[in-house]
This record gives sequence, structure tokens and C-alpha cells, in this order.
Amino acid sequence: MSTTAIETKVALDQALDLNTAPRKQSSVEVTDYDNRQTVGKITVDNPKMTCRGVNVYYGEKHAIKNVGLDIGANEVIAFIGPSGCGKSTFLRCLNRMNDTIPICRVTGQLRLDHDDIYDKSIDVVQLRARVGMVFQKPNPFPKSIYENVAYGPRIHGMVNTKAELDDLVRESLERAGLIKEVEKRMDEPGTSLSGGQQQRLCIARAIAVNPEVILMDEPCSALDPIATAKIEELIDELRENYTIIIVTHSMQQAARVSQRTAYFHLGDLIEVGETDQIFTNPKHKLTEDYITGRFG
Amino acid sequence: MNKPTASPPTKIPSRDIKTIVNAGLARRHAAERRFRWYGLIAITLGLTFVVLMFANIIGKGYPAFWQTYIQVPVTFDAAVIDPQGNRDPQAIETADYAALVRAGMRQLFPNVQGRLELRALYGLVSSDAAHELQDRVLQNPALIGASQEVWLLASASVDTLVKGNIDRALDESERPIKDNQLEWVDKLQAAGKIEKQFNTILFTSGDSREPEQAGIRGALMGSFFTLLVTFLLSFPIGVATAVYLEEFAPKNRWTDLIEVNINNLAAVPSIVFGLLGLAVFINFFGLPRSAPLVGGLVLSLMTLPVIIIAGRAALTSVPPSIREAALGMGASKLQMVGHHVLPLAMPGMLTGSIIGMARALGESAPLLMIGMVAFIVDVPKGFMDPSTVLPVQIYLWSDLPERAFVERTSAAIMVLLAFMILMNGLAILLRKRFERRW
Ligand SMILES: Nc1ncnc2c1ncn2[C@@H]1O[C@H](COP(=O)(O)OP(=O)(O)OP(=O)(O)O)[C@@H](O)[C@H]1O
Ligand SMILES: [Mg+2]
Repeated sequence: MSTTAIETKVALDQALDLNTAPRKQSSVEVTDYDNRQTVGKITVDNPKMTCRGVNVYYGEKHAIKNVGLDIGANEVIAFIGPSGCGKSTFLRCLNRMNDTIPICRVTGQLRLDHDDIYDKSIDVVQLRARVGMVFQKPNPFPKSIYENVAYGPRIHGMVNTKAELDDLVRESLERAGLIKEVEKRMDEPGTSLSGGQQQRLCIARAIAVNPEVILMDEPCSALDPIATAKIEELIDELRENYTIIIVTHSMQQAARVSQRTAYFHLGDLIEVGETDQIFTNPKHKLTEDYITGRFG
Repeated sequence: MNKPTASPPTKIPSRDIKTIVNAGLARRHAAERRFRWYGLIAITLGLTFVVLMFANIIGKGYPAFWQTYIQVPVTFDAAVIDPQGNRDPQAIETADYAALVRAGMRQLFPNVQGRLELRALYGLVSSDAAHELQDRVLQNPALIGASQEVWLLASASVDTLVKGNIDRALDESERPIKDNQLEWVDKLQAAGKIEKQFNTILFTSGDSREPEQAGIRGALMGSFFTLLVTFLLSFPIGVATAVYLEEFAPKNRWTDLIEVNINNLAAVPSIVFGLLGLAVFINFFGLPRSAPLVGGLVLSLMTLPVIIIAGRAALTSVPPSIREAALGMGASKLQMVGHHVLPLAMPGMLTGSIIGMARALGESAPLLMIGMVAFIVDVPKGFMDPSTVLPVQIYLWSDLPERAFVERTSAAIMVLLAFMILMNGLAILLRKRFERRW
């Protein structure tokens, strides 16, 4: 059959080769973890969380390598990096969700305000009430919309009367920008909502307990652009009251919602800085490669 | 993703994909058709056997739901029932009601003479007829002195004859019913004094040596008490074990060992549990033989592994995202399990348990070992009363040669199957009702 098919294939191979060539040259191997310096300033003036010398191991696998980073109060910080570089792993250290993985081991110091969150005196129940989490895939409970939002306040005993709880649920849904859509169907199952609505329901559920920090692991990866825009808007509003850490694969999203950006690579925190600076003028070669799309 | 830089263009096959696929298409379709046929044949075969089995059992068993009665004129002779005339309940209870039955039979056939002939005549009605009369009088003492036409239970051989299961052409000595009896029955039938009524005795009385008086009430109650013990023990323990092993226990060599053992226990032949029960509950703890309590304990041992395995499967099928959501909200582990995981796993657990219970209901081997195979006339009233269970009752009856027991065996099988179908239906209903909702 056609010679055109062959030509196309050859052309494609060559195009791919063109892409792979510079990648090889730029692979700077980082081996000396203790003396490695993250490029950029890891500290902030007004930190909400401070992490120093954090290492995470999955059994033998060293997934996070000596990472130090401050998270400022009322800022949105974005974690970016190629798949498998440890963004989720690091995020899950911040509310100790890693505790649920038996083979996972965390060392180093992580503080929320002044409390060492891995200290024995800290109860994970309390920590997770203070550091809420929104997951990549919307995961509402298979209960009513109302029950989804009411769950946190209920188990923590935040309210005394039904009226208070009603108010809190309404307020949380309102802040999550969902109230108009669900006002009339509070008793329907949360799983009956669309994907974007479900994710906003999960955000409402998280803010209902009034946490100090909200962790978001790729919250928009399952959503269409319109739902994504709504959530980004929401993140911007929530910043007034909360500290938000967001993992994202979308450079545009990071640029739109965050003030600071941290770039991870194979378990290393390579570079951190003001979002504008990271995207316009990255200092590290790896960051530049990733930003300019020559990577991952 | 290291591509060899100077890779030559890969060899493009000479034929395009369309021809390649087309070439193999006929073979693929043929394979698919063949597979469909195999499936169809397997299902037809299976269904045929099911239909045959049901046809056989129902065909044999349904006559057992009807029972022959003979209408007899009975005079409740005060001289027999209450010779003193003071209506002493004790005397009334112990009176010779059989004499009333005999008098009634003689009244039906006044011409019958001679000891042997009379004996044959009296044999037309069941020995239970006297109890029937006693019951009537005890319930209504005003009957004493009155006369009444009473439908009395016919003997098993008359019943068999009326149901057409005795070959009249046989020689008299080979028939359970003699020539003179044949004649009387024919006369009674001609006079409309023989009738088939719904067999309530089958459901209201316990076992008996006389087929026409034998019922499955005793076995049913025995099965009920036994299964109640089994459920009360194995469901909570099984669910708790499943939850602990799946959600709380550390994953180490010990839990692995326990898991392997539980899986093995599920495969142990049930009679072994019977031996274990005999050794532990009866010989060591000294619990009574033939008691539903012991039966229930033994069946719990057998059902537990099934419930644990089903429970764990149900728990693992709850998606991890729900657990993460709960934990991420700050729920403790127990809250996570109690509020979210267990409610979602419950239908699966119940389904598994019901199927385990259905298996326990049909089990007979282990119960033979602990003496639930005895001939027990009284209907058990509690967990300690000697009793038997439905499958064992079936086993006992199937051993008896009388035609009436043969049909009762099939009737009991029908009842057992009905319960099985009911339980499985319940399991399906539960599964449908709580279809996965995430
Ligand atoms: N539960 C686990 N057990 C073992 N290894 C794990 C586990 N979770 C993650 N890892 C490993 O840790 C490394 C980092 O994983 P992580 O999920 O943090 O990556 P990520 O940056 O979030 O990737 P993605 O962008 O694809 O979500 C990976 O190499 C992964 O294989
Ligand atoms: Mg991730």
C-alpha cells in the first residue's frame, strides 16, 4: 500500500528523535542529597507549616529525599513535577495520610504552626481536622448531600443543635459555590451529582470543619474546563481564610491560582519560588525543561 | 524511553490491517459461536436435571399433602367416658376412647362378626382416631352422651389404597390391605364416607412409627432452634472477625497464618465438625446429646469460615476512596469502619451469611455425630430438648419401606427446598436492594 504511510512514520520518528536529543544532555543526576540545595528561597516570613529534612520511604524505595519547605499562611502554593516525582507523597505527609500505608515511613520535621505533627502527643484526628484534604477523584460518601457536608462537624462535635448544623451546611455549600445547584436536593445522594459538582461538594465537606490548611491533590484532573474554572475561582476566594496547597499537572492552572510554586523531580525539591518567576525565569535547568514542555 | 537514534523505519507489513483482520475474522466468529453452543448445552443439561429432580420429588411428594379420612358415626357414650357421672377431668382424660371408635366402626358395618374380621375392620382407622375423640371431648365436655358423625384419620394402608398405590391384582398375602378390607373401603367410598383432606398432621406433629401420624413439625422446630443458635453465634462473631482481620489487624505472619487457616476450615468436610462437636461440647463440656444447642454450636463452627470469608470480600470491595475520604475528614479508624465501610459492606455480609445459613440448614452429616438422628416423637420446645432437623428427618424416613413414608420423604424434601429457595431469594433481594451505590 501507500508510500505516504511510510513517509509519515519516518517523519514521526525523526520528530521524536529531535525531542529526545536535548533531553539526554540535560539529565543532571542529583546524588548528594544532604548537600543539595533547593534553588530559590524555601522559607517565608509568615509560615503556616514548616518542613525540614523530610524523607519518605516506601519500604526500600526512597520517595522523598531530604526536602525542606515553608508554606506561608494564606498563600496558595502549587506543587508541580513529572508523574511519580513524589508530589502526592509529600502532600500526604502534611496530614499524615501516609500513616494508612503500612510500608510508608516518614522522617524529618514537619510543623503546623508550632506543633510537630509527627509527635506522639498529636492525634491524627485533630491534625486532619486542622489540615483538610481534597482528593484527585471526587469521593463523596454514598450518603445524601446534606450528610456529606454535615459529617465532619458531627464527628468532631462542632455543633450542638440541628439548626446550627443546618446553617453550617448551608454556609459551607455556599462558600463552595454549590448552594444554588443543590438547594432543592439536599437529600439526594452526593454521588448523583456531576463530577465537577461532586468535587465542589468535597471542598464544601472539607471547609465545613473550618480547617487551617487545605490540601488538594490534582482536584481538577477529572473535570472539564468550565468546572475547572469554577474551582480555580473558588480556590482564589478561599485563600482569604485558608492556606492551600495544590498539586497540579497543569502549568496554566499553577500559574493562575498560586503565588508560589515548587518543582519536584524524582523525590527532590528542585526549585521553589514566586510563581511568576518560576514560569518566566526558572533558575534550574530541570525546571526550565519541565516548564517549556521538553519533559515528562 | 531511550530510542535508538538511527532506527530504520520499521518494516511495514505487506498487507494492510483490513485484510489481515478479515483473514482471521471467520475463525474468530466460529470460535465465538462454538463457545456459545457449549454454554447453551451446559445450561440445557443443567436445567434438564433440575427439572427432572423437581418433577420427581414433586410427583412423589405432593400426595403427602392430602390425607384420607373416614366418616364414622360416634356415640360419646357416657358409660364409657364417665362411668361415675361426676365429670372428673382425670377420668375423662384416661377413658377408653378406642372403644368408642370400635363401636362406631361396628355401627358402620353391623354384619361383621368374629375376632379376626373385627380386628381387620378396626384397622381401617388410625390409632390416632382415639386421640382425636379424646381431644374433642376435653375441649367440649358437653359432647358426652351425644352422637356425631366424625371424620377420623384412616390408616396408612387405606390412605395408600385410596391414592391408588396398591395393586388390587396382587395376591392377598402380598397386599397390606386384605380382601375384606378392600370390600369395606369400596363400600365406604361408594357411600361418600371416604374423603381426602389437607394433611395438617404433616405440619403439626412430630415423628411417628405410624406413617399417617408422622409429621415434620418436630424436625422443623429442631431446624429452627439449631439455625437460630447458629445465626446468633456465627453472624456477630464472623462479622467482628472479618472487620478486625480486614481493617485493624496488622499484616504480619500471624494474621497470614490465621487467614490460611480460616480458608482451610471452610474446606473441611462437615462431618469433621460433627466429630469435633462430639468431643468438645458433649464429651468435654457435658452438654446433652441431640440438643439444638449443640447442633447450633457445631453448625456455627462450620458456618463461621464462610461468613468470615464473605465478610472480608465485602469489606475489600468497599473502594479505598471512601476510606480516604473519611480518614481525611479526621474520622478515627473505628468511625471510618462504623460510619462508612460497614454499612456499605453489610449487604454483602448478609448475603454471604444467608448462603452460609442455607448450607447449614441442609447439613445432616455433622448432626448425625452428635445424636440428632434419634427417633423423637415430641416437638422440641427449647434449645435443650432432644430433637432432629429436617435433612436428618428426610434421611430417617427415606430408610422406611412403607409407601406413605416414601411420599412423606419427598414432601419433607419439598419443604426443605422451599426454605432453601426462600433463603436464596432473600439473599438475591438484599443484593438487588442495596446495589453498589458509588
Ligand atoms: N503506596 C505506595 N507504595 C509504594 N510506592 C509508592 C506508593 N505510593 C507512591 N509510591 C511511589 O512513590 C513515588 C512517588 O509517588 P507519588 O504518588 O507521590 O507521585 P506523584 O508525583 O503524585 O505522581 P502523579 O503526578 O502521577 O500523581 C512513585 O515512584 C511511586 O511509585
Ligand atoms: Mg499524585
